[in-house]
Amino acid sequence: MDRISDNPPSSLSALETKIGRRKFLKIITAAAASIGLSSSAAVKIVEAATQGLKPSVIWLHFQECTGCTESLLRTSHPELAELILDLISLDYHETLSAAAGHQVEKSLHDAMEANKGKYVLIVEGSIPEKDGGIYCKIAGKTALDLLNEVAADAGAVIALGSCASFGGIAASGPNPTGATGVPMILKDKTVVTIPGCPANPYNLLGVVLQYVALGTLPALDEKGRPMFAYARVIHEDCPRRPHFDAGRFVQQFGDEDHRLGHCLYKMGCKGPATHANCSIKHFCEVPGAWPIGIGHPCVGCTEKELAFQVPIHTTVDIERPTPPDTYPPIHAEHRGPGPVATAVGGAVVGVALGAAWRQSKKLDAEAPDSTEKKEE
Amino acid sequence: MDRTRRSFLKGMAFAGTTAAVGAVPAVADEKRRAPDDAVGMLYDTTRCIGCKACVVACHEANDLPPDDRGDGLYDAPQSLNDRTKNIIKLYREEGRRSYMKQQCMHCIDPACVGACMIGALRKREYGIVTWDSGRCIGCRYCQVACPYNVPKFEWEEANPRIIKCELCNHRLAEGKEPACCEVCPREAVIYGKYDELLAEAKKRLADNPGRYVDKIFGEYDGGGTQVLYLSHVPFEKLGLPELGEEPVPELNRTIQHGIYKGMIAPAALYVVMGAVMLRNRRTGSGDEGGES
Amino acid sequence: MSDHKATPVGGRLMTPTTRVLLFVFMVGAALTVWRFAVGLGPATGLNDGYPWGLWIAFDVVTGTALACGGYAMALLVYIFNKGRYHPLVRPALLTSALGYSVAAVGIIIDVGRPWYIWKIPLKVGSWNLDSALLEVALCVMAYVMVLWIELSPAFLEKWRESGHTGLANFSRGLSKFMDKALIWFIALGLLLPTMHQSSLGSVIMLAGPRLHALWHTPWLPFLYLVSCISMGYAMVVMESTLSSRAFGRQREDRMLASLSGATSFTLFLFVVVRFVDLFLRGRGPLLISEGYYSVMFWLETVLFLAPAVMLAGSRGTARIGNMFRAAMMIVLAGSLYRFDSYLVAFNPGPGWSYFPSVSETVITLGLVAMEIMVFIMLVRSFPILSGTSPMAAHRK
Repeated sequence: MDRISDNPPSSLSALETKIGRRKFLKIITAAAASIGLSSSAAVKIVEAATQGLKPSVIWLHFQECTGCTESLLRTSHPELAELILDLISLDYHETLSAAAGHQVEKSLHDAMEANKGKYVLIVEGSIPEKDGGIYCKIAGKTALDLLNEVAADAGAVIALGSCASFGGIAASGPNPTGATGVPMILKDKTVVTIPGCPANPYNLLGVVLQYVALGTLPALDEKGRPMFAYARVIHEDCPRRPHFDAGRFVQQFGDEDHRLGHCLYKMGCKGPATHANCSIKHFCEVPGAWPIGIGHPCVGCTEKELAFQVPIHTTVDIERPTPPDTYPPIHAEHRGPGPVATAVGGAVVGVALGAAWRQSKKLDAEAPDSTEKKEE
Repeated sequence: MDRTRRSFLKGMAFAGTTAAVGAVPAVADEKRRAPDDAVGMLYDTTRCIGCKACVVACHEANDLPPDDRGDGLYDAPQSLNDRTKNIIKLYREEGRRSYMKQQCMHCIDPACVGACMIGALRKREYGIVTWDSGRCIGCRYCQVACPYNVPKFEWEEANPRIIKCELCNHRLAEGKEPACCEVCPREAVIYGKYDELLAEAKKRLADNPGRYVDKIFGEYDGGGTQVLYLSHVPFEKLGLPELGEEPVPELNRTIQHGIYKGMIAPAALYVVMGAVMLRNRRTGSGDEGGES
Repeated sequence: MSDHKATPVGGRLMTPTTRVLLFVFMVGAALTVWRFAVGLGPATGLNDGYPWGLWIAFDVVTGTALACGGYAMALLVYIFNKGRYHPLVRPALLTSALGYSVAAVGIIIDVGRPWYIWKIPLKVGSWNLDSALLEVALCVMAYVMVLWIELSPAFLEKWRESGHTGLANFSRGLSKFMDKALIWFIALGLLLPTMHQSSLGSVIMLAGPRLHALWHTPWLPFLYLVSCISMGYAMVVMESTLSSRAFGRQREDRMLASLSGATSFTLFLFVVVRFVDLFLRGRGPLLISEGYYSVMFWLETVLFLAPAVMLAGSRGTARIGNMFRAAMMIVLAGSLYRFDSYLVAFNPGPGWSYFPSVSETVITLGLVAMEIMVFIMLVRSFPILSGTSPMAAHRK
């Protein structure tokens, strides 16, 4: 497994599985379709790959758990990892690299030189900014310097995972290292963010495939997230949604509702405010392999404002409320008067009537007729 | 309601406005018909499945915020309100049930329009009753007048508006249907020219004996409405009022126009009173006179 | 008239009474500011079922009817030529001017978008002549002005004697003009209430299908007009009696007593027309079949009939306390009739309810407090009340 250092970038293949062109085309077409690219785009991808025009990829690791790489490598679809790694020329990746030390550093510099302005930079992990960024160093350089240096000549920058996208768990309070995400540092560069803890590998695949095939990046939302995956909230496509609409909620873990698979909103599910496609594209192609699928509320890992910020069992506002599965009656009851208002109103009328009555009694007491001439 | 023309005349008599009496029969006899270009909707309770797609579509098409003022979870209005121009309600009683779609009826002779002081609510093109922000002072007389309880007021706003269905006239201008009709999966509510809808409703009644209550609500009710209803349960169960065939604002119009026709009666009264006072001043008062 | 020459009551403007009134008014004013900040929903008990509440039913509909003293007295003095009632006119006009001004303020507080009110009188081309409310709005706006003009001689009299020569000259010049023109303003002051007090009945008539059949009738405008005249007389009785007590003035019992004949007539007329109309239109059975509504109807009828009977004979009017009670009942009857037709008999359908919120009630109280306070201050400063004893001025 010393290919990264031994071979020129174009011949890199992580697992060196031989697959025929036909099968390759089939896989790519299926993969392309799954992320919304046309079959003609798939043909282009295959052509690019077989002609050896694979984009050079530099993969930087900073403050993270490597979960994003792990989930990429553990996709159950056997060819996914190969696919990604075959389609691209992964010139620098600290986890997958067999080489170490100066060897691997050299390949980084070689790749940057050879593909200046064209290579793809994928960042995994947050970047500490506090105290000059001394809390994360690779080869004697701070993560901050390394990121700026590599990003300067990158053709595209992808922040993979919540840490790289907005700081993630490392940035949660008290954030001792001043951890932050790639877009916060590369302010004047387009950064595709693929948040998630871990990020769904298919979303990375989609971005990379499009870049390979068309040389473009997908449409992004205001937080740099690809619209194809992050335009909708989990709540909108959640398999437990009918239970929400019908008002059937889990009240406590392990209760009858929980066993029946009812809605987890009251357990703190962040689905109604979390933009992600988890409910449609499950992890690792294992059906049901995602938090809500296994009976746990969504923690909102793709949202900077939610993940590691709002307690897991705190409920959130519904971002796009829709009608429930109930109906108002023809004549609904509306708010009525409060008791205080009634009391005050009654008192005012009572005092007015009472005062007038007393006044009339006083008049009775006065001399009945001579008053016309009377002077007080 | 047993308001008859005689009662109008009676009502007029007290004002002593003989000048107006001649005009009354003309006003009362004139059948107020839908405008020639009138459009409308036809809602059929037997086709509605209560999916509320129309409620959602209405919100989106009219840029209304969801009414989640209940528990914060749902867009769950209890009635039409300042965030709801269209709603699906449920009638359920003794095993019978029916959905009910509620929105502006776009009356042929609307009470709200009769009420509105300077024409903020008016029947504009296609007979659609629309609201004009620049002319509304927020007096809410339209709410008092509407027999269907349709116009709604933004109670929680410092600069409130009147909110009501305007038959998606902004979409009609783009050549589209009202959003509720467009999304309805069963054509329970359909959009079309008023005359065609009326014909369609009559056809459904004729083709399906026993399926419906034998009446089209809105054909004559309250002078007629451009939104028509067919139902398999009695209309009053769906919250539709029994109005009679006379337009709701007719009585008021008759009396107002009777008394104030050309301002003749008030002007005459003014002159007579002035003259009486002048005479009194000249002749001096019976008991004791004087300047004010 | 020389006996009854109107003079300022005099005395200090700020007394414990006016201080209390000022305080209530300030609380109301603060709540009004809040109402404009947060909108009508949080500040009132109003809702989409009952879009009109206390402010319309009391401040406007009842308030202007109670302010019909000026109208009723002007009718009596100028049209029926009963000059001996003249001393009652000016205080009645002041009560009316204040009442209508308060109603105008009430409308401004009640409507959602008062900054567009100017469009009502000015956008003539947009006038909807079907709208009874438009007529009410225009008439009330005009009548507020007319009332203050009718009252202007009281101010001019004072200012003529003012030390400030400019003001004195101006007042003298205007007085000359007013002597000639006033009669036409008075005529207008008779025409306008005739129009809009009846139209207040037409306004709620449009709620037709939602107004209970016991109240809904084409005769609503007529009933409103007749009852407002009764209420006007009653208010003159109450206002005159109370101000006599408060300022130690000569009482006007005999004058008031002779008013009661006319009042009694209008009260009977109201009840008779109402019943005849009900039976002619075949609604007689509703008088017993409608439960709560029937009870309210009968309560109104009793309140209208009782004072009519009390005032009919000469015995009833011999005692001022009795007259005062009768006037009180008339005020109550007319107010109840107005509250019933605008709120109680107005039924927007099941599920809706209304009761004025605390802030709504307090704002109304603030307006009434302001009205009374300004009344006290004006009669102390300007020649409005007659028969004032100079000594009595020091009493309060």
